[in-house]
Amino acid sequence: MRRIISILLENEAGALCRVAGLFSARAYNIESLTVAPTEDPSVSRLTLVTGGSDEIIEQITKQLNKLVDVIKLMDLSESQHIERELMLVKVSAAGTAREELKRLVDIFRGRIIDVTNTIYVIELTGTSEKLDAFVNGLDRKLIVEVVRSGVSGIARGEKSLRI
Amino acid sequence: MLEVTEKFRGAEIFVRCLKDEGVDYIFGYPGGAVLHIYDALYKQDAVKHILVRHEQGATHAADGYARATGRPGVVLVTSGPGVTNTITGIATAYMDSIPLVVFTGQVPTHLIGNDAFQEVDAIGITRPCVKHNFLVENVNDLASVIKKAFYIATTGRPGPVVVDIPKDVTADLAEYHYPETVEMRSYKPVTKGHPGQIKKAVALILAAKRAMIYTGGGIVLDNAAGELIEFTRHLGYPITNTLMGLGAYPGTDPQFIGMLGMHGTYEANMAMHHCDVLIAIGARFDDRVTGDLKHFCPEAKIVHIDVDPSSIAKNVPVAVPIVGGAGSVLRDLIKALHESGAKPDQGVLAAWWGQIKEWQSVDCLRYDRTTEVIKPQYVIEQLYELSGGDAYITSDVGQHQMWAAQFYKFDQPRRWINSGGLGTMGFGLPAALGVQVAFPDHLVACITGEASLVMCIQELSTCLQYGLPIKIINLNNRYMGMVRQWQEFFYDRRYSHSYMDALPDFIKLAESFGHVGMRIEKTGSVRPALKEALGMKERLVLMDFITDQNENVYPMIAAGKGHHEMHLSPERELA
Repeated sequence: MRRIISILLENEAGALCRVAGLFSARAYNIESLTVAPTEDPSVSRLTLVTGGSDEIIEQITKQLNKLVDVIKLMDLSESQHIERELMLVKVSAAGTAREELKRLVDIFRGRIIDVTNTIYVIELTGTSEKLDAFVNGLDRKLIVEVVRSGVSGIARGEKSLRI
Repeated sequence: MLEVTEKFRGAEIFVRCLKDEGVDYIFGYPGGAVLHIYDALYKQDAVKHILVRHEQGATHAADGYARATGRPGVVLVTSGPGVTNTITGIATAYMDSIPLVVFTGQVPTHLIGNDAFQEVDAIGITRPCVKHNFLVENVNDLASVIKKAFYIATTGRPGPVVVDIPKDVTADLAEYHYPETVEMRSYKPVTKGHPGQIKKAVALILAAKRAMIYTGGGIVLDNAAGELIEFTRHLGYPITNTLMGLGAYPGTDPQFIGMLGMHGTYEANMAMHHCDVLIAIGARFDDRVTGDLKHFCPEAKIVHIDVDPSSIAKNVPVAVPIVGGAGSVLRDLIKALHESGAKPDQGVLAAWWGQIKEWQSVDCLRYDRTTEVIKPQYVIEQLYELSGGDAYITSDVGQHQMWAAQFYKFDQPRRWINSGGLGTMGFGLPAALGVQVAFPDHLVACITGEASLVMCIQELSTCLQYGLPIKIINLNNRYMGMVRQWQEFFYDRRYSHSYMDALPDFIKLAESFGHVGMRIEKTGSVRPALKEALGMKERLVLMDFITDQNENVYPMIAAGKGHHEMHLSPERELA
């Protein structure tokens, strides 16, 4: 059901709006969306996490392909792939919680990248599932802010998405 | 030797581009942001400008021009309200895949985003209803963007393209080169069908026992009527056209069994329901065509040919999908059929036609011909006869549109011009204007209703200015007929706001715009009045037919029902 679609997009004003607008106009769901230019500055790569039945996913990829600014796309979830998401979490870290938080960060192979008397900022990368697990492992009361980048992904092995 | 390159203002480049693109007419309305362009237009006469009375009219007129000629319609409007007024027309063209290029003026680049006078985010506001749009930020890009706009609008599945041009870009100087070709890495429409799929389709088509051919606007858009006729006659199968596809196959041909869908013929819908192989070409299985999908073509394996992959398997599962242009794929299919040497089993086909003849004998379009009060169907039949079936017919939206589709038999493509997808009331008159501009000597009739007609009535003024002798067939039943019909059927006759009160005197209205007005109140007067009006070749005639208020469009498939659950008129329900 959950799909990761990678798109090579003309890096032009409004191109992102066309993709986002397509999803809202046709009532498709966007779980997350990340976009940045590639090594070729005229091309952006956009990674989009969505969900739906096979028929809906087929329509989504066809409709995306129809957008004039879309150069190429790939449904990463159709084959072996790697996905990563970056998360920054600001937590209250005072008193006894401090040690416990440090241990949890280590277990998840995260890093504490900013420290004050009362605050930690934790950086964590991994699959969305891992980040969810980390957030669920935290004491809710301690969470000040959660920032997630959305998923980026790439196919494993020889398979690639390029012009 | 020193090479001197001449530089031109953006506005002049704009006009040169249109000329080099072969544009003969543009439909527009001036304003502040496009004054440089209008000045450049003034200085030449290759590109002729038709001044409409409202920007919506410009888009519908360009749309009508495009549908009738097959060439892209071109619109020029100013920024702000000029743009917002075009939205209905752009969306209309988008839904029916009509090639339009709409040029919108924009405030100067340094003021964009500044809430300047007559500023609107044209790119943002048109994005959901265009095939693509462009903001030209530099005069050096102007020619290449215009070339791309025409290319995108007219290739693949056609559609409207908006080009937003800030005022300063039209004043800036640049050299002029109009590109010969377009190369876009992100836009490469497929035209040729996959040979393997063609082979599969031929096998399925030839093995059919009860085949049905169902075609839509895609045939018209791809100018593939000739191929469709050859294909259909070769096979001997029955054929139905959608509302958008009428005329692609001759309406008077015995293999044509009428339009299908909500107000299609009984025989077309029954044949759809009972067919075992459905050959769909350039049609998109719209909800008004399919009825309830649960009951749609329950026994059919479907071959679907469409230039737009996203149309295939969108609503209905397909056995053999073929992505490609209708004409190209049909040519390949015809070739493959000839090469195979096989023909459908004639005995089986005769049995299928026997069944269809039985359905045809129901005579589903029958109506009461004995009344003194005018039946709208009769007016259209008479218009059909007196015009020799050869007129360009535009329509608005509602009952009159369905009657026109049912009773005017179109033998040629591009003669039936209506807003099928968006269902835009107000389309008919400006669309007729655009058609008449393209074909000044041909009969162009707008079949409309009193509710639709007044929505863009201001264009009567444009018609006078350019001497466009349109014949307006106003089927005036003092109701928004289709709304009233649904209220009668589904809202227990509570006619909420569907009665047209305080209507204008259409004769005086026509006369005040400098045209001829006629009122026809009895069946016996219909034919002579039409004759008289059609005889006035130089004049626009608004014919106000006072028709039966209670007439409904039959047959009908109610919402949520299947093709096999049609209603005929109440006096003659089917078992």
